[in-house]
Parts: sequence; C-alpha cells; structure tokens
Amino acid sequence: MNTNIFRHELRSRFKSVMVWSLAVLLLVVLFFGFFQGFADEADLMNQMLEKFPREMRAAFGLDNLDLASVLGFYGFIFIFVQLCLAIQAGNYGFGLVSIEESELTADFLLTKPVSRTAVMTSKLVAAVTGLILTNLVLWVGSFLAITGFRGEREYELKTLILILVSGFLFQMFFLGVGLLISLLVKRVRSVTPYGLGLGFGMYVLSAFSGMFSDVKLEILTPFKHFDPGYIIQNNAFDAPLVMLSVGVAIISIALSYWLYNRRDVPAVS
Amino acid sequence: MSIIDVTNLTKYYGKSRGIVDVSFQVEEGEIFGFIGPNGAGKSTTIRLLLSLIHPTSGSARVFDLDVVTQGPEIRRNIGYLPSEVYYYEGMKVIDLLRYSASFFPGDFTKRMHELSEIMELELNRRISDLSYGNKKKVGIVQGLLHSPRLLFLDEPTAGLDPLMQRKFFNLIREENARGVTVFFSSHILGEVQRLCTRVGIIREGRMAEISDIRSLQQNNYKKVRVMAEGLDADLFQIPGVTNIQVEDGSLNFFFKGDINLVLQKIGGMRVEDVTIEEPTLEEIFMHYYE
Repeated sequence: MNTNIFRHELRSRFKSVMVWSLAVLLLVVLFFGFFQGFADEADLMNQMLEKFPREMRAAFGLDNLDLASVLGFYGFIFIFVQLCLAIQAGNYGFGLVSIEESELTADFLLTKPVSRTAVMTSKLVAAVTGLILTNLVLWVGSFLAITGFRGEREYELKTLILILVSGFLFQMFFLGVGLLISLLVKRVRSVTPYGLGLGFGMYVLSAFSGMFSDVKLEILTPFKHFDPGYIIQNNAFDAPLVMLSVGVAIISIALSYWLYNRRDVPAVS
Repeated sequence: MSIIDVTNLTKYYGKSRGIVDVSFQVEEGEIFGFIGPNGAGKSTTIRLLLSLIHPTSGSARVFDLDVVTQGPEIRRNIGYLPSEVYYYEGMKVIDLLRYSASFFPGDFTKRMHELSEIMELELNRRISDLSYGNKKKVGIVQGLLHSPRLLFLDEPTAGLDPLMQRKFFNLIREENARGVTVFFSSHILGEVQRLCTRVGIIREGRMAEISDIRSLQQNNYKKVRVMAEGLDADLFQIPGVTNIQVEDGSLNFFFKGDINLVLQKIGGMRVEDVTIEEPTLEEIFMHYYE
C-alpha cells in the first residue's frame, strides 16, 4: 500500500464517485416519493399487474414483491439501484489498472520504486473507498426517503439493513470480475462499454432467469445472488448464493494480483 | 561489479521477436550508447531492465539486483525518460512533478525549480496544454528530479529543438560528471557520438557489436576516397576492403587492416585526389546493417 498512489487515485475518482452517489440518491428519493400514491392504490395496482404474464412480472422482479409494503416498494427500486451500483463497480474494476495503460501513464507509474502488488493494493483501496462513499450516501438517502415518505406503514429495519449491506457485497463482485477481465484481455481501450456490458449483461441474465425459473441462470448473476425479493421474504440472505458471489470476488481479485505481477506492460507505440 | 549486467537476455512477445540472446555490461560512471534502427529491440531491452516486461529467458541485474524479483529496489535509484512521454492529462506540471518526487525519500523542491529553469519549463501549465516538446521537458525534469544513480534515456532528443538538445546534453554531462551512469538509446548516431564513451549496436534483436567509441572509429575502419581517371573497382579487390562504390570519377570504400596495402595500390596510380579519413559512426553503422 502506497499512500501517494492512494491519494492520487482518490482524487482522480472523486468526481465519478460524486456523480454515482448523486444518481443513486436521486433514484431512491425521487422514486420512493411515489410510494404513498402506489400504496393507496395498491389493489388497483395489483389488479393491473396480474394482467401481465407471470414471466413478464418475474423479469422485472415483481413476482415476489408487494408494492403496497414499504420494503416491497423499496426492493423494487433497489433493483435499479443495483444496476447503477453494478455499472459503477464494473467501471472501477475495468479501469483500475487498465486506465494507466490506455492513457499511457503505466510507464510513469511502474518505473517508480513500488511493487505491482503495492500499486494494485493502493488502487483497490482507493476504489473501494469510493464505493463505500457511494454506499454511505445510499444508506443515508434510503433512511431519509423511507422515513419521509412511508406514512403510517411499518417496516422491518433489520431487513432494510440487510438489503443495504447487500449493495456493497454486490459491488465487490463487479469490481473483482471487472478487474480480472481487464487483465485477461490484451488492452482495454475504453472502460465504459465493458462496465455497461457487464452490468446490463448480468441484469438481463437475471431477468431471463426470472422468466424461465427452471433454468439455473441464477447461479451466474449477482442480481439473483442478492435478489431483494428473496431478502424481504426470508428476512435473510440466500447464504449459498451470497457466498458464491463473495467467493467469485475474492478469487477474481487474487487472480488479478497474480496476473498483474506477471503482466507485460505494452509499449506506447 | 557492473551497474548493468545482462546475460543471454531473450524476450519474445508470443511468437514475435523482441531481443535474442543479448549480453552486455555497463560499468559505473560511463555513458553507454545503445544504437540500432527502430524495431531492433532497444526499447525492449530498456523495458526489461525496468521490469515493465518480463524476460522469456536469460537474466539481467542492475546494481547487482535481479530485475525480475528486485524491481522496486532497483527503481529507487533509476531515472527513466521514455521515448514517448505521456502523463496524467488533467494534472498541472508542478503537481505531476511533485507526485513523481513523492515516491522517493527527500525534498526535491529546489532541484525541481533548478531543472525547470534550465529546461525553460513552465510549472503552472496543464499537461494537456503542453506541446510535444514541452512534454518531453517534463519527462527530462521528472527523470532527473530525484538524483538517480542510473539514467535510462530512450530516444531522448526527439521533439526537442537544437538549443534544448544542447542544454539537455549539458545536463547529462553534468550528471555524468557527478558519477551518474547513463544508458543512452538512440538511432541518431551523431548524438551518441557526441556523448557516449562506449556503444552497443543492436540489430534485429541481437547485439552486433559492443565497442569503445574511439576504437570503433579509429582502429577498425578507414574511409578511403580516390579520384582518378579510368578507375576500376577491381583494382582494389584486396582483403580488408568493403563497400566499394564508384560514383562519377571517384571510388569510395572502407578499409580495415594495414593501410600500407592501400597506399601501395594508390602509389602505382596517377590520382587527382585522395582522402583517407575516419568514418562517421553513421557510416560504420550502415556497414553493420548490410
């Protein structure tokens, strides 16, 4: 761990962290503002939803969410929050070390007297710090929105905390996998397409998995590992699947260290 | 102990060649010229010594430390000026230099201002606003800032105007006078000739020759030019003669060996003009590439 690199990374990531934090904050607060209206018309809403095919509802994660309850509605929003979190963490993962190569600054950094392991650790810690900041904003925003807009309806605090904790673990998966993929390909020219691809790809997999419930796609996608519907119904994580996600994240990061230490930094020209 | 000790170093990028079986030593305090055309493997060698890439086989030691396993320790005492300079575009020059210096123990503020003044570098400009030549200056200051014991210069003069080149060469000479070892890679022979004590010539990934720059020029080859009527190239087909070229009434060739043999030949002729001179490095160099 090198504090110079850490500070440099944090500074260069600051703007992005702010933008993503603001995005999830607005998403939660503005969306949850509609809760009263939805809840009051819950019967109508549920009638309408029943007209949709079950597969369709499953695709949007609505099959096990009751939009008339505080957490049911929050869980529905949280799927979109997850999408944001996935893209943010994916971007950070893909860009973590590849950005030095695509912006041709790897020569500068890696000819300094620091080991590759220290470079990667400093960058990881900085990226995780950024993600934690976004999560903090999400926590505060969620509590404020729910307190402000829930009206008379009650909810289980422990379940909400479980959902919020899942957000961070969920990001670790995308950070780790993004980082690993960025080191497996020869050169990442632009981070965003990769980040979007991984985030949306996993989301679509999860939606499909909802539509064909007999297909075991859920093993692949963290959107299923951290399904808010499951957490709300069971008031607990789906332990094996969460372990799977966390395991993939840890293995990806460990492999990334190994690959990065052996990597040939491509020459500029 | 040599500062750089390279033994049978080989690097393949997949199937394509980087360098093959390269061996050489660089001693403390010398300016070692490393010349070869583009693609010969100059940058590959430097990148191997900086642990930016990993050797396929062979070994390299810098300061008697292994480049594969002890890279960070080696790099404490190294300054590197890459052929293409790229830095964090959003940063100001001064912030970049501070960031660079922060990796080394000590305070380099004074030196930073000294070097920037010599190189006429404005510290408050943004990297993204700099011209190529100015970025190169940032690279020079950045490479020298922490007073390294060993400097790697990879085609350092590209993009610098002649005045700046001279200042830069003076800086390098000053550093060298303080005992700094310099590894100077270039394809421009004139500058190597001006600066270096020894040169290694690399071609197609292999070391073609390592020699003292004087002995390369003096002891090996003479450039002979004879002007006379009715010249016949066959006349000079004697051992030691190479590169015979006839162009409008004059005969040019390189000669290595006892110069009396040539003088005897010329003595038997009626010539208009004769010159015998030391070839420039450029010409020696061309010779290695034929």
